[in-house]
Amino acid sequence: MRRFHAIAALAVALLLLVVASTGALLSLQPALNRVADPALTPGVSVAQLADAVAARHVRVDAIRIGRDGAATASFNDGAGRETELIDPRSGEGLGAYTASPFFRFVTDLHRSFLLGDGGRVAVALTALGLLALSLTGFALLARSLGGVRKMFRPIRGDRTRRLHGEIGRLALAGFLVSSLTGVVLAAMTFDLVPSSNREAPDVSASGGPAAPIRTLSGLTAVDVADLKLLKFPGASGVFLMRSDAGEATVDPATGAVLSFVVTAPEVRMEQWALALHGAHGLWAFALLLGVCSAGAPVLGATGLLLWRRRRAHGATMPENAAAEIADTIIFVGSENNSTWGFAKSLSRALAAKNFGVHVAAMNEVGPRHLRAKRWLILTSTYGDGAAPTSAKKFLERLAGLDARIPVAVLGFGDRNFPQFCGYAQRVAEAFSSRVWPLLLPMKRIDRRSPQEFAQWARGLGDALGCALVVEHIAERPETQDLELIGREIYGEAVGAPVAILRFAAPILPEFAAGDLLAVQPPGSDMPRFYSLASSTRDGMAEICVRLQAGGLCSTFLHGLTPGERIAAFVRHNPSFRPANGFGPLILIGAGAGIAPLAGFVRANHAGRPVHLYWGGRSPASDFLYEHELAQSLADRRLTTLRTAFSRHDGAPAYVQDRVAADAHSLRALIAEEAQILVCGGRDMAHAVRETLDRIVRPLGLDLATLRTHGRYLEDVF
Amino acid sequence: MKRALPALAATAALVPTLAQARNVTLETTLKPYGGNGAYVALYLTDAAGKYKGTLWMAGEKSKYYRHLSDWARASGARTAEIDGITGASVGSGKTLKISVDIADALIDAGYKIHVDTSVEDGMDNPSEVVALLDAASSGKVLNGEGYVKAFKVTF
Repeated sequence: MRRFHAIAALAVALLLLVVASTGALLSLQPALNRVADPALTPGVSVAQLADAVAARHVRVDAIRIGRDGAATASFNDGAGRETELIDPRSGEGLGAYTASPFFRFVTDLHRSFLLGDGGRVAVALTALGLLALSLTGFALLARSLGGVRKMFRPIRGDRTRRLHGEIGRLALAGFLVSSLTGVVLAAMTFDLVPSSNREAPDVSASGGPAAPIRTLSGLTAVDVADLKLLKFPGASGVFLMRSDAGEATVDPATGAVLSFVVTAPEVRMEQWALALHGAHGLWAFALLLGVCSAGAPVLGATGLLLWRRRRAHGATMPENAAAEIADTIIFVGSENNSTWGFAKSLSRALAAKNFGVHVAAMNEVGPRHLRAKRWLILTSTYGDGAAPTSAKKFLERLAGLDARIPVAVLGFGDRNFPQFCGYAQRVAEAFSSRVWPLLLPMKRIDRRSPQEFAQWARGLGDALGCALVVEHIAERPETQDLELIGREIYGEAVGAPVAILRFAAPILPEFAAGDLLAVQPPGSDMPRFYSLASSTRDGMAEICVRLQAGGLCSTFLHGLTPGERIAAFVRHNPSFRPANGFGPLILIGAGAGIAPLAGFVRANHAGRPVHLYWGGRSPASDFLYEHELAQSLADRRLTTLRTAFSRHDGAPAYVQDRVAADAHSLRALIAEEAQILVCGGRDMAHAVRETLDRIVRPLGLDLATLRTHGRYLEDVF
Repeated sequence: MKRALPALAATAALVPTLAQARNVTLETTLKPYGGNGAYVALYLTDAAGKYKGTLWMAGEKSKYYRHLSDWARASGARTAEIDGITGASVGSGKTLKISVDIADALIDAGYKIHVDTSVEDGMDNPSEVVALLDAASSGKVLNGEGYVKAFKVTF
């Protein structure tokens, strides 16, 4: 389906660009007319209007309420036929009328690319393409969010993916309406809809002298708001009045309705289609459709980026042993091809250790894989725990196989998703319920982390009795040189040195507090990620680095002196960021985890309520940002600050103790929709999670629910 | 444009045999009204005003034909009436020139040529020109009250 979505998009992209942008332009027309022309308001009868118009002219031919909502009268006062704009309430003349040439041009571009019938066919096919894109896009999004009922959950992923998903979700209804009605209109234009050919019966006027128009009962009975066209008696001798309901003829002498033909169903359908397509006076609706159309180019651009990225991840398997003779099978479950890259690196490393490795998509699993000595399953998860494309049939096919082969399952995912590696978990459970021996316990890799993958490979090497070194960098963005401009060291006295480092560059990349600075230490390909405490606007990139014993990157960073440079790039981290608005924030962190939290406080110019809980070792030694936080309290960027120090002489405490002590007030904040952001080490995060869960239970909530709604976010290292 | 007019030959006694027919040129020049192409119907009525047949239909989408209201009423808007004598709509300021063979018996016999025009989002002009099919008025220019700037019949 994803491939179909991409192919359909490529096929109609250029045409759609024209149709959607002209459509967006056209959507302005009803609103502009509404401003320029007098509004059509009920309360005036057709007879009153016709009488007023007729009084001003020698001969009136017709009064028309156009598709664009303009009321016009055509008349002949001796100088040929003319058309004037009229006020539909009073019949007053408002000057000569000509349809806007600009909108006529845009309309022609919109419906036929200015190419006549051939162009109309192309536009109709484009509308069908848009319909297909909308439906497949909806299905893909629903799948990634875990079902149709979860359609309005926050969309995860990087900026491109979120933009594509969010605009698509908002524009979906508009696209469906525009494309469906467009297809209907095209079908009507090409006579593909059978016509019921309702002929008006021949009528003849009574022949009496014409009565004053305002007295004609057939015309007084109809409101101008329902009128489409009123033709004055010409050769036919009778008034012809077309409204939404049908077409009537009215005797000019008696006012009697001589005939009435109800609007044919296909004409009614066309009227509806036109109204919904945006041409019929529903100006606010037309504007809405226009906004949706304007989203189409953005969707095209972001879609193209996503597609190219998927293509770039695609990797071919170089030395793949035949499935029947391989001793090790690597099965890959991948949605966007990035997992194949890991499989390829792993396969190469194993082959170098003389294993016979066969790599296959999980969907290909079958009897020919049963001779192998071990299976390695590398799989991502799609959306809310669903199988990725290349693994859809895996569990079903596995159920038909009878074997017990040592297996290891490795899940790739994003810790920010509620179901982190949910599909890998299901696969692991399937193996354990079928009592397959475990080569290694199941492990999860967060956001394609090369470090975590290397660590798992080491474990695999241990299990296989060889030293397996796999360095796989899923993506290697371009780095930029940053210069150290400031450095403060804390915590040396308590044996836990933490450096606050500030970097600058002539042109800083775009980032905000909470994003990650990836530092490429000399002598390693693997970047290390540090949460940023500043944003581009601050003119520098600020991070907190705890010195790890034997840590390559932290040692390198602690050893830097001002003026020295590092190679780094920014990774956006949109899933760890305060929600927009003025709702209260609860920030919880420990140690160097204060960096993004201090950044959020620093950026809180609006003065929204922010409550910060932070744990360190000793107030005398490692109280990071002590002065800045005091300043923030003073100018109300920070509402409360609660600290805990584990080596405090008086009463040693951890940050979760402070959280627990404030259970009552925190519960009140969470009840008023507060958002919780936690940053720090794994142990602290675990303790905080348990404490908070106990706090929110009495509210009928749990952390999983809060997490799903984007109200509990973690950045854990 | 020169057409053999099979429909005309089939329907009316307009062309009993070619020997007794005259070649007539109809020129319809439109005003520069500046809109989309105009639908133009040219058709014939007898001395009593009864519809006798269509000479030409400019405009190819049948769903718009009802806007040529006199023609539609007279002819019943049946597609058989215009089969083979249909062409593209006529652009603003452009001229539609057609030649037809008309039986001698119809000339100078009170027959009239009607011109109905209609433009999308514009006016419908039923019978905006009605020209007597009269050899004496050959080459005489008539003005329409709607979109027709000049209409000329040449024998």
